[in-house]
Amino acid sequence: MTTAAGVEAPSNPYGPPRLVHPLRGLLDVYLTEMRIAIAEQIQYRASNYFYMLGMVAEPVIYLVVWSTVATQQGGSVGGYTIGALAAYYIVWTLVRNINIVFTPYGWEWRIREGQLSAQLLRPLFPIVEDLGFFLGWKPVVVLLWLPIAFFLAVVFHPTITTSPLAILVFAFSLLGAYLIRSLNQSSLGLITFWTTRVGPVFQLYIAAELLLSGRLVPMSLMPAWVQTVADFLPFQYTFGFPIEALVGNLTNEQLLNGLLMQVFWIAVGSVLVRVVWHFAIRRYSAVSG
Amino acid sequence: MTRGIEPIQPPARPRVPIDPTRPLRLLGLFVRIGALNELQYRANFWLQILQSAIAVGTGLAVLGLVFSQTTALNGWTGSELLAVMGVHILMGGFIGAFVTPNMGRLRDDIRQGTLDFVLTKPDDIQLLSSMREIRIWQTVDVIVGGVVLATGISQLGRSIGLLDALAFGVAIIAGFLMIYCFWLVLTTVAFWIVRVDEIHELFEGVYQSGRWPVTIYPGWLRISLTFLVPIAFAVTVPAQALTGRLTLETLLLAIAFGIVLLIVTRRFFRFGLTRYSGASG
Repeated sequence: MTTAAGVEAPSNPYGPPRLVHPLRGLLDVYLTEMRIAIAEQIQYRASNYFYMLGMVAEPVIYLVVWSTVATQQGGSVGGYTIGALAAYYIVWTLVRNINIVFTPYGWEWRIREGQLSAQLLRPLFPIVEDLGFFLGWKPVVVLLWLPIAFFLAVVFHPTITTSPLAILVFAFSLLGAYLIRSLNQSSLGLITFWTTRVGPVFQLYIAAELLLSGRLVPMSLMPAWVQTVADFLPFQYTFGFPIEALVGNLTNEQLLNGLLMQVFWIAVGSVLVRVVWHFAIRRYSAVSG
Repeated sequence: MTRGIEPIQPPARPRVPIDPTRPLRLLGLFVRIGALNELQYRANFWLQILQSAIAVGTGLAVLGLVFSQTTALNGWTGSELLAVMGVHILMGGFIGAFVTPNMGRLRDDIRQGTLDFVLTKPDDIQLLSSMREIRIWQTVDVIVGGVVLATGISQLGRSIGLLDALAFGVAIIAGFLMIYCFWLVLTTVAFWIVRVDEIHELFEGVYQSGRWPVTIYPGWLRISLTFLVPIAFAVTVPAQALTGRLTLETLLLAIAFGIVLLIVTRRFFRFGLTRYSGASG
């Protein structure tokens, strides 16, 4: 190879780039991101625990409030006994840990500070990087979660009835919940290409999620019209469905239906994030980087 | 040190004459700086109002949901819980305006070594690092919380006497100082373990428990929320003052515990400071 001036370009000491199948390349990226995430999260165990304790507070509050209501109502509310509520909110903590994703606040920082510049130089869609990294965090998170779950189980006495099929569906639905939430929040995060501040929009999203996903209460406790609205939205496939798949005694048809809906919302989320990205990236500018 | 040469003595720290109004004047100064700073970003004011509105809307929806299933939660009626929610938002506003930003900056300063700039100033280190950053827009929540609280109280149809109001004021101040101590103790931990970013998440999560009166929580949790993370003192006790549930013993306990906490926190902070090694060391 020669340049315009006729000077031989220095040869690449590493030889020509090794071409691998794109799919294999993507897999490598995911695995590497996961390794980085695991190393990083293990390094900061203490802060991970701070984070988890703060997070566990939320379902414990809901559990106490609704157990109090159930006690006053003679032992159950919305078809949930106190033990079933405990099971619901303990599984909640695992689902919540799994569906922690790169938040729009992260995007806000990335775009405002010009951090995205470096990522744009890599031949890799930035969202793929996030997906891999946060997925890699999960094994550490689950490991740290086990003692918390044990403690909660000892304190709140959950009654769990489940089946092997339910456990299998639950495992898949966790991945689905993670992907749906990741994709949706990435799309939201991309809004910062236009607005710089994403706080209120994100807060609105969280408020909707709280009420429409089963995050606050099992959906059966919600008024009927709220349940109808929720059926047309992706939120409940990130909280309610995975939890109920494990401990809600769903029928096989409901389980299959839920998984299909997750696939549907993953597809919608993927298309949405691509489309928003297509328009958003034209607006990006950074100073020096 | 070369033999024969006297080691250079550091200049004596200038004696600051003790002036009881100095902390207050300092606070006034920092509030002014904070206000000037934030007045540059007026759009943030509207964003804050929007965010407060969303938070109140969600809170009301949750209360509505609970009371669609029952008439009273562990003896607290809907209006009383509305008052609790008001105090919770109000206290959250104070914390967000005065405590969180300062502790965030202190944490960063400890990690990056920029605490040097505070250490070299001729004033009390704890005082300075606790009032440098003030987010005035956060006080929107103080007003919003006040409105929610007033609504709850007016629904109760109970007249608030001067004594109730006084007890409320004392309880709010004591509760605020206790929350401040809690944050400062956790931030001081940064002198040892460097990365304590997640304290913010930890506190935010646990603080949500104050939306409900602590009396609904099981014993071990109630005690933790009283003496470990003093949310009971910050939210439930002031709310009790206005709903006629506060006993004199509880109020005295709040004051006594607040004083103990202030002293312990100050000691711990000074102990932490001895671990500080500076920026260019």
